Amino acid sequence: MTKSPVQFTLNGTETGVFVNGGANLLDVIRREAGDLAPKLGCAQGGCGACTVMIDGETHLACLTLAETVEGKRVETATSLANGPQLHPLQKAFVEGFAAQCGFCTPGMLMAAKALLDANPSPTREQVTEAIAGNICRCTGYEPIINAILTAAAELRGRISA
Amino acid sequence: MSSIEFRKDLFADERDDDLNEIGKPTIRQDIIGHVTGRTRFYDDYLFDGLLHMRCVRSPHHHARIRSVDFSAAERMPGVRRIIRPQDVPHNINTLLSLINFGRDDEQLLSTDKVSYMGEPILAIVAETERQARDAVHAVRVDWEELPHVLDVEEALIPDAPVVNPEYPNNTFDYHALYDHQKLRFGDVEAAIEKADFVVEGEYQMSPIEQAPVETCGAIAAPEQNGRFVCHTSTQALFFSLGTTAKQLDMPSSRLHFIGGTVGGGFGGKVDSHHEPLAVLGAVLTGSPVKYTWDRTEEMRVGAPRGAERWRLRDGVMRDGRIVAREFTGFFDSGAYTRLSSYAIIKGSGHLPGPYTIPNVASNVYCVYTNRTPATAMRGFGITGVDFAIECHMDKVAETVGMNPIELRILNAYRDGDMKAHRRLAKNTALIECCQVAAQKAGVPLSAEASAAKSSEGGGIGERADIPETITDDMGRIGDRRQREIPTEPFGGATNRGRVPAGTRGEAVVAAEVQDPEMQIDPTRIGHSVSQAAGTAAPVEPPRPVQPTPPPIPTPQPLTPPPAPVPAAPQPTRPQSAFADPTEASPAQSTPYRPDKPFQRGVKRPGVSSFISGTRRR
Repeated sequence: MTKSPVQFTLNGTETGVFVNGGANLLDVIRREAGDLAPKLGCAQGGCGACTVMIDGETHLACLTLAETVEGKRVETATSLANGPQLHPLQKAFVEGFAAQCGFCTPGMLMAAKALLDANPSPTREQVTEAIAGNICRCTGYEPIINAILTAAAELRGRISA
Repeated sequence: MSSIEFRKDLFADERDDDLNEIGKPTIRQDIIGHVTGRTRFYDDYLFDGLLHMRCVRSPHHHARIRSVDFSAAERMPGVRRIIRPQDVPHNINTLLSLINFGRDDEQLLSTDKVSYMGEPILAIVAETERQARDAVHAVRVDWEELPHVLDVEEALIPDAPVVNPEYPNNTFDYHALYDHQKLRFGDVEAAIEKADFVVEGEYQMSPIEQAPVETCGAIAAPEQNGRFVCHTSTQALFFSLGTTAKQLDMPSSRLHFIGGTVGGGFGGKVDSHHEPLAVLGAVLTGSPVKYTWDRTEEMRVGAPRGAERWRLRDGVMRDGRIVAREFTGFFDSGAYTRLSSYAIIKGSGHLPGPYTIPNVASNVYCVYTNRTPATAMRGFGITGVDFAIECHMDKVAETVGMNPIELRILNAYRDGDMKAHRRLAKNTALIECCQVAAQKAGVPLSAEASAAKSSEGGGIGERADIPETITDDMGRIGDRRQREIPTEPFGGATNRGRVPAGTRGEAVVAAEVQDPEMQIDPTRIGHSVSQAAGTAAPVEPPRPVQPTPPPIPTPQPLTPPPAPVPAAPQPTRPQSAFADPTEASPAQSTPYRPDKPFQRGVKRPGVSSFISGTRRR
């Protein structure tokens, strides 16, 4: 099988890999680039565990052809923390018990990040809508929604301060 | 932020007010890994040269395998190994054999027939997942479809298709004697005759898939020194380790199992089917092998919460008191036992729900059908029957024309009441729960119901008694007659029932260890129970013999008592070193007599807590 080169920015780092034709972005991020944050839950676009941001928009990595991210900016949950400093979203998830098994968390965080980047003051309904594509089987969603609202408030506070 | 509301005024005198953590968000010790994406689930361990395993599965509910032709699959690109049933060293198991409960009834890869849709018969290991999938499609199986049965009661009809050859009556054998689990407490028939109303109801649950976001799977790889490492999604690491050791006929010291990080389990990750196959793949190919379910398999092959059908019949007095309750339960185990047999034992201990009812009887059948085998899920064995009980309580309330919350308060168990499985109720709180719920819902309660308390009025007179209990033909239930029950172990008669468990009637003998590998040498773990014992070296137990008992007539639930089931011819088992503590050592020559009554549980030396009727606290 012929492999083609793909270059993209992964979490701020220039990355180049050779991929098989038809390879999906999730496999390439996990196995070729070695970033294990996005998870494989269903490979059908149903669960959202593989959610990443491509040029600032959420995408399901399991349904994205790796070759289509050529020259683009891909971000996973690994990009959120600044060294040991957690992102306000991560901090709110930690303090609000918004993860139990943790399998959906990296995808959930990316869906939340995309929302807050686009809309710093979301309503509860908008938060619910934004994570509607991400399935969590442990928490019952309430702590996650609360954590996202808490993080939004903190981010707004930072900007106005 | 917390929406929890405390009612510390309730039971204030029963405990110190030291709830420093409950109700406050706490920091999970593993959550930093979760939010930074650094938590490593089993699939986050990367191996060079990882091979992928997929299974050939049954497209039928019930079919005989005439022949399997995998010659084309073998020649497909990337295929490294076809694993056939005969490649599995010990190709028969039941999960709970590790605690000596039930007979081996399920193959890892099936040889002769399949009993549910999706049952695996062949495993294919290839270099990529895609190649493994393609090879699976290239396998030709000649199936002979058999009649199938998908309904629990149809499975009990005498000439119903035999689902599971180990249990030819389509029911699990309880205690080598019954085709169902029994509970008898008092005399239901007599009480129902005197009751003002008889309320009957039937309730049916569906199977429920646990649906974790991470599907079940395992990666196994050869390690140094002839060991194999296995990263697994299992919820039950030692079930998986023990099952793998047994099925691969391999000492567990050669297996290095790593688990504990589970991407959601909810009960669906205890069955231990992935680990034996993944390790076997690594053994046979010498390479790392991943065996994982895709989402479709997780939903269709993954064992769900078993469906249950319950029939309840209550005897109720005009004032709302329930004087008798009778259950007939059918638990859909699917094609194999897994954990359903145990779920029923657990559920029977819960009957008749959190209510004090003086006469209770129950027959629960663990039924084999050609459905996906059922397994654990959150409170399994309890949730299903609770649904039935609480629906039925509403029906009773409607019948007697009573507020359903007041009916519950009237019949609620209270501290000191005797429950149907012969343990005293302690720390009960149903009445207070009902009162708070009524207040929240704006349901007015009578003065009497509002004043009721769980800590008052319980344990008085009959409420604390074990009633005179009917025995069946075998005389096995109800042998603890009220007037013979001593307060002190082996003491005089009284009307208060506390029986030292496992100390009356026939001696309870621990079942022997099925696999000598699993035998614990008591001297190594500091037990002195059988030091001086004539501990014969553990003998290899015979491979399970297929018992073929005569056909059994359809059981008639509850009335009249079922005819005694002829015991299946049991293969003679060798005596175990743990067999009988009374014979074990000169120091144990007098029968064991506990110094405490049943209430606290009695640990009898050398006897498994699972079978002696004792309970660890």
